[in-house]
Amino acid sequence: MSLLTLGHLAMGRLIAESGEVSVDSEGIVTHSAFLPEKSELIYGSIASIIIFALLFKFAGPALMKGLHARTDKIQKELDSAAADQASATSEAAGIRQAKGDINAERERLLAEADAQVEQLNADFHARLDEEIAEMQARALADITTASGRQSDELRAEISRLSSAAAERAVAESIDEATHQQLIEAFIQKVGASA
Amino acid sequence: MSDARIEGYAKALFEIARAEGTLDEVEDELFRFARSYESSDALRNALTDDMIPAAKRQAIVEDLLGGKATPTTTQLVSMVVGSGRGSDLPAIIDVLVARASNSKNLEVAEARTAVPLTADQQDRLRAALANATGKQVNLKVVVDPSVLGGIIATVGDTVIDGSVRTRLDQLKARL
Repeated sequence: MSLLTLGHLAMGRLIAESGEVSVDSEGIVTHSAFLPEKSELIYGSIASIIIFALLFKFAGPALMKGLHARTDKIQKELDSAAADQASATSEAAGIRQAKGDINAERERLLAEADAQVEQLNADFHARLDEEIAEMQARALADITTASGRQSDELRAEISRLSSAAAERAVAESIDEATHQQLIEAFIQKVGASA
Repeated sequence: MSDARIEGYAKALFEIARAEGTLDEVEDELFRFARSYESSDALRNALTDDMIPAAKRQAIVEDLLGGKATPTTTQLVSMVVGSGRGSDLPAIIDVLVARASNSKNLEVAEARTAVPLTADQQDRLRAALANATGKQVNLKVVVDPSVLGGIIATVGDTVIDGSVRTRLDQLKARL
């Protein structure tokens, strides 16, 4: 029974209990200025009951079906939202993990780059030291060679000058008598060599 | 020039000199001319320059030797130079001198000295070289101031060096 029907029944009971009736100018007798007649109230209540019953009988299933459908739809939307939330949560976790991996990879790459820079720096310094040592050795060898060459050249120049001086001194010192002595000495030496 | 051609020229000059009856003189003059030719760049260039006409080169020879050598020597040198064989002149003359010496059973001996040798010195040197080598020699004396002093004697492949030049060279090598 609907609330409206219950309301009508309660209202009729109150009127009946009050015992007040009124008659208008046309002679129509009315028992209450506000409430209908009892019979009308009964028929109306019955009609209302029938109508509500019919409504419950024929429109109820459709209404319930619609409510169920709406409930299902809302449930589906809730499920979908939950799934989306779960997916978003999973994706966020993946992104956070990826971010963590990226940070770790960045740290690793930076560490590797630092190590390579250190190695290159060490290699460069080692090579530089080696080249400097080679250059020093070569320069020393060149200096030694140049010194030796200059010494040789100086010795050769002294020899040349000495030879020239000796030749000039000898040429100037050989007079005719010396020429004859040399010639005679040669003839005697050859003649005695048989 | 090939050896055969040098031999041919030398033989021709030898036969001409012998036919003229002046072989000894011609041989000696040619030898001394060859040594002068070797020691003088100017003379060598003048007698071997193809840009100078042959007649002019022959005129140079006649100016140089005219009055200082026998006509036969002058003509022979002029002939060789005129034929464009001036650069082979020393080789031709050396072959001629060797041929002349062989014809007399003598070995050519060259003595380089800074000053000329007297006839007596040449005789004694010739005898000394014959004594040292065991061969009779045809002595040719070449005056070469670069010797400075003493004598460098060459007999065939044998060299006997008593020159001041060689001693100075040895001193230079030691220095």
